[in-house]
Amino acid sequence: MLAITRLTIGEAARRRVLWVLVILAAIAVSLTAWGVSSLIAAARDHGVTDLEIKFAVSQILIFIAFMFGFVLVMTAAFFGSPAIATELENGIAQAMLARPLPRASYLLGRWFGLAIVIVGYAAVSGFLAIGVVGLVSGYVPPDPILPVAYLAGQALVLLSLTVLLSTRLPPIAGGAIAVVAYGLAWMAGVLGKIGLALGTTSLVTASDASRFLLPTDALWQGVVYGLEPSFVINAGEGEFVARTSPFFAATGPAPAIVAWSVIWVVLILALAVTQLRRREL
Amino acid sequence: MIPMPRLSLDLPAIEVTDLQKRYGQIEAVAGLTMTVGRGEVFGFLGPNGAGKTTTVKLLLGLARPTGGSGKILGAPLGDLGARRKVGYLPELFRYQPWLKAREVLTLHGELMGMPRSRRGKAADEALGIVGLADRAGDLVGRFSKGMQQRLGLGVALLGEPALVVLDEPTSALDPVGRVDVRGIVRGAAARGAAVFLNSHLLSEVEQVCDRVAIIDHGRVVASGELDDVLGQAETLIRLTGLSESDLPAIERFGPPTLEGDLLAIRPMDAENVPELVAQLVSMGAKISEVRSGRSSLEQRFLELVARDRPPAGTPSAPRLR
Repeated sequence: MLAITRLTIGEAARRRVLWVLVILAAIAVSLTAWGVSSLIAAARDHGVTDLEIKFAVSQILIFIAFMFGFVLVMTAAFFGSPAIATELENGIAQAMLARPLPRASYLLGRWFGLAIVIVGYAAVSGFLAIGVVGLVSGYVPPDPILPVAYLAGQALVLLSLTVLLSTRLPPIAGGAIAVVAYGLAWMAGVLGKIGLALGTTSLVTASDASRFLLPTDALWQGVVYGLEPSFVINAGEGEFVARTSPFFAATGPAPAIVAWSVIWVVLILALAVTQLRRREL
Repeated sequence: MIPMPRLSLDLPAIEVTDLQKRYGQIEAVAGLTMTVGRGEVFGFLGPNGAGKTTTVKLLLGLARPTGGSGKILGAPLGDLGARRKVGYLPELFRYQPWLKAREVLTLHGELMGMPRSRRGKAADEALGIVGLADRAGDLVGRFSKGMQQRLGLGVALLGEPALVVLDEPTSALDPVGRVDVRGIVRGAAARGAAVFLNSHLLSEVEQVCDRVAIIDHGRVVASGELDDVLGQAETLIRLTGLSESDLPAIERFGPPTLEGDLLAIRPMDAENVPELVAQLVSMGAKISEVRSGRSSLEQRFLELVARDRPPAGTPSAPRLR
């Protein structure tokens, strides 16, 4: 399995994917630093208080995280959907699987290799963005590791789903299904929050079911919660508008849903291995 | 850790009995029985869709049989341990285009469980055998199709496997490359490897194989040593002035048949042709043509697989690859 993991990371490096990700991260972080510093300078010129600036910066960080989370999820889908399918279509996989290489090792090796690239990209970009914003504005989230970890978690969920689909479906089909599923799960999460604020049980149940099927939205709540300063949480908790917003979280995801996310990934990978084992090459 | 297979020179390289593979209503392999010995070059022939590549995939564990049984190097089909000693060139050969040729070989060395210290040397040896030693550091993505097939042959020969399975090994090669492959196949057999050669290039098979099996519709329609499959030599004489009653006089040359003006003696040793001609002339026959020899593999192949097919050009006619 290690050989396949190394091969997958090597592929990302040789195909210049790693360099593209590094360059994109550098551009995004530079623009973030410039934008945040410009906004703070303009706000101070207009007599905005430090507390208000802290609030604004935390909201900007959440929006940046939202955009970056989407990019990360799309990256995971682009990586995962051809991971197995393309190599089976073009015959690269058959040449390797005729060796004493168990199919589980091949699939998990591919997943680990891609997961390392994605988590590395999330960590470098996420910590750089948080660090640069902290330097420019003085605001650093209470626990910066948590939002980055939840962002990476979202991407790993999507990566696992696309790798599973890749054992049976062509890359475009698998990628499209995964991205649509991610969007639907996010919308279900928004509706669930509205349902909770309005006391509509059916919406909450549907949202919970959606999180069970694809736990990305639960992890997104962790990202938001991890980026908010405590006074925003305290102020927003009683506000109807805040409680229904996908960019506010009064609490982080429950430990049970975080545990389920990990179990979900394991189950999906087990299913992917089973599918690949059953497949006639 | 995958256990090493029980490798014994006494065991055949391939042994399958009543092997079957069905895809829904389609019977791709229908009761295949064959044995390939060590150090033997075995030709596996058949028209398109006969089940050749499916058989190869069954042998390598890439597909599962729906019936029958088989062994590779003494281990059941699909056994991971046995695959350490099997080299395979797929029909659809494709290797990581972002890797260099030598890296592809060291990767396969790692996958087959070769110690790290041996991989580089084994890779260089394989590249040398297939004539790519001077391209070891080039990216595979920049290789021509023929060079990629040579690389695939190198991958199949890496680490001196006990069984080499080659699926259409010369499909992308020029005539020089094809001659090279014949030498490479013979070389592998000379060091004791069994070579399972799946090919539709009959002249190639005829020149390099010790034994052949011809399959059609998933069944073996002929198998054995080349001489057995091709049949014994025959003599055909076009003549006049000979009748059925004259035939007993020439039976000592072989069993004769007379159809119109064509006398056929099958089998017949070619050395006796001058004596036969002399006797026929002395019996008053007028000879216009004498042909002696045996069928080519192509003729025999066509006899076996084309007899129940519609003629070429009709919509459902199968085409030979």
